[in-house]
Amino acid sequence: MDIARVDQIIDRYGADESYLIQVLLDIQTENNWLPHEALERVAERLRVPLSRILHIATFYKAFSTVPKGRHRIHVCMGTACHVRGAQRVLDAVQEATGIKPGETDLELKFSLETVNCLGCCALGPVMEIDGKTYGKMTPAETAEALRNHD
Amino acid sequence: MERLHSPAELEAFRKAVLTDRAPDQPCITLCAGSACHACGCNDVAEAVRVELAKQGLADRVHLRLTGCHGFCERGPILVIQPESVCYFQLTAADVPEIIEKTVKAGERVERLLYVDPDSGDPLAREDEIPFYKHQQRIVFGSNGSIDPKSIEDYVAIGGYSALAKALSEMTPEQVLDEVKRANLRGRGGGGFPAGIKWEGTRNAPDPVKYVVVNADEGDPGAYMDRSLLEGNPHAVLEGLILGAYAVGAHEGYVYVRQEYPLAVENVTLAIQKAEELGLLGDDILGSGFSFRVKVHRGAGAFVCGESTALMTALEGRVGEPRPKYIRSNVRGLWNRPTVLNNVETWANVPLIIQNGADWFTRIGTETSSGTKIFSIVGKITNTGLVEVPMGMPLRDIVYKIGGGIPGGKRLKAVQTGGPSGGCLPEHMLDLPVGFDELTQAGSMMGSGGMIVMDEDTCMVDVARYFIEFLTDESCGKCVPCREGLRQMLAILTRICRGEGRDGDLEILEDLSVVAKEAALCGLGKSAPNPFLSTLRYFRDEYEAHIREKRCPALSCKDLIAFHIDPDRCRACGRCRRKCPAEAISGAKNVIHQIDQDLCTKCGTCLEVCPERFGAVRKISGEPVPPPLPEDQRTVRARG
Repeated sequence: MDIARVDQIIDRYGADESYLIQVLLDIQTENNWLPHEALERVAERLRVPLSRILHIATFYKAFSTVPKGRHRIHVCMGTACHVRGAQRVLDAVQEATGIKPGETDLELKFSLETVNCLGCCALGPVMEIDGKTYGKMTPAETAEALRNHD
Repeated sequence: MERLHSPAELEAFRKAVLTDRAPDQPCITLCAGSACHACGCNDVAEAVRVELAKQGLADRVHLRLTGCHGFCERGPILVIQPESVCYFQLTAADVPEIIEKTVKAGERVERLLYVDPDSGDPLAREDEIPFYKHQQRIVFGSNGSIDPKSIEDYVAIGGYSALAKALSEMTPEQVLDEVKRANLRGRGGGGFPAGIKWEGTRNAPDPVKYVVVNADEGDPGAYMDRSLLEGNPHAVLEGLILGAYAVGAHEGYVYVRQEYPLAVENVTLAIQKAEELGLLGDDILGSGFSFRVKVHRGAGAFVCGESTALMTALEGRVGEPRPKYIRSNVRGLWNRPTVLNNVETWANVPLIIQNGADWFTRIGTETSSGTKIFSIVGKITNTGLVEVPMGMPLRDIVYKIGGGIPGGKRLKAVQTGGPSGGCLPEHMLDLPVGFDELTQAGSMMGSGGMIVMDEDTCMVDVARYFIEFLTDESCGKCVPCREGLRQMLAILTRICRGEGRDGDLEILEDLSVVAKEAALCGLGKSAPNPFLSTLRYFRDEYEAHIREKRCPALSCKDLIAFHIDPDRCRACGRCRRKCPAEAISGAKNVIHQIDQDLCTKCGTCLEVCPERFGAVRKISGEPVPPPLPEDQRTVRARG
């Protein structure tokens, strides 16, 4: 990620230390992950130790310190989806992609995450691919939905 | 927009907004909440725009995209005003007919109406449909009639008049007193009286104070705060300003999960619009009172819903809770007195100030005043958000509003209170919902998640699920939670795998006691609740898992097997073709069989087996019948 762009994001918050998490969220949103150089720059500009930034970057779920795949799969494991068979959907995704939650495949095609409620409980079990919601999934439909991505 | 300098100017502005709007002008409201969004409401909205333009109606008929209406099961939802005709589960293709018949000719499109499940009659109006009829939507009701992006819409329905009233007619003490008398209890979890919390902050000597909206809604299966903040952000904001006025704060924060982008967008816009109108900022409505609000996006950590953890997160650090020798209303954000309430609590405040504490306490029960919004989800016919007066029996919520359990199944339990709550069995359904009633029954109100479970739900697995969730979300600061939950999870996982041992339940109980007594924050203290409540009401299920290696709900994968009944299989081949593991053998006229070594127990065969055959069944606690010899596998003609 371009350091000048990181600077722009930092400037948006007036390089105020209390906005550290907001700065990291903006970098994550734009770049899909947090490259080390970007974090070093944030540390320097906000005058925060890098160790504290890494603590934050590994504590919160929104952040990733490794690159993510082209397609991001979110399988909802919220309670409503759980009682409607979310585990079976997750199993089907793992079967089809060969990756576990939190992982990205070697071709950087898919990244798989579980989330704890997408707020679409009426559609459970639900998964999301690149922000598009797929509702009332069965294992067979799950595999089908994944097949349409390359 | 011109800045308003006094309550009188606000009234004049309201009049101007209302005069601009002819009350009988047709208006199409379309739910654009998150669930309807996922069902394709955008396509429907586009179709409405195109069709209105095509028919030359664009000037005469207004299209309004609103927040969540609550009836998520039937989205996308379209309501035509002023007649309040509701259409459900629309697609873009239905739009031309609706415009042609209902908007132009005033007729109804029968096939898109809600059909009463008892009488079979089509019901057109919201107030006739059982899902809505039994609710009392004082907080949530406005969602369906306003565009959350328009401050004019909120003002038109009387918005900010409570603020004007407080600033012009009431002292901060009177506002505080009103909220105290209303006995408004926190809608986010603990049910702590908001007025008493506010009073502590007001009386704290520090001159710098803060007020915070907790919109870090993390309970899986609960999304009422999201829908309120997305659908009616000004109500929350108005409540926050009133709270700031009462306690003497001049700065406030909205802490909202970044997973809720629409909520972030709408509340940010609402703040901007309120600032433009002079309802936020310096000298609000000429009263001399100044107050500013910032939005802070949460980066995803369940523990940040805990007050002290949320405050450390707001300071830009890792969200870990701290011991509460001194409460956060006295020493909170940046060590200043801080009032933190959740979205729904704040949204109740304008109603209390506007209508008075006596009005509020007339709703609900003696110890739990007002209404509560629940998200009723899981194995329920009408998934959605419902607002009911406190004290309504669970049974009425599940059956009258929720429409009961789908597929003719039996209700087993209702889980309330999220991961900190508990499961209530069928025989406790007559329990009135209230803060104290639920706590006494071993569960809690929590933020209002209500997950309905039927006979197919394994209660041991439910406990394991919640403990797994909390193990993952534990911040790791204190030992009872970090280590204790991990051990509980290990044992519960073993039990679900059929590797439970005698003495497991006793160890689980011991670990529960330690976490309850010694954990640092509410997350750890309440973490054992899902286990303890399921053990209290469903001990037999635990024992079946441990002693008989049997899952009575036929749900735990390691304890079940799928089997094709040779007498029922007609060799149609569906299961064989759909099986993702290619574990099913068979051919035309050859009875199908599942290779138990290859089977991944995904359940697809059971789902696709035609109902009239019903050949696939799940078994648990008994050996799988041996495969048929090859010479007996031919399907015999039924005779």
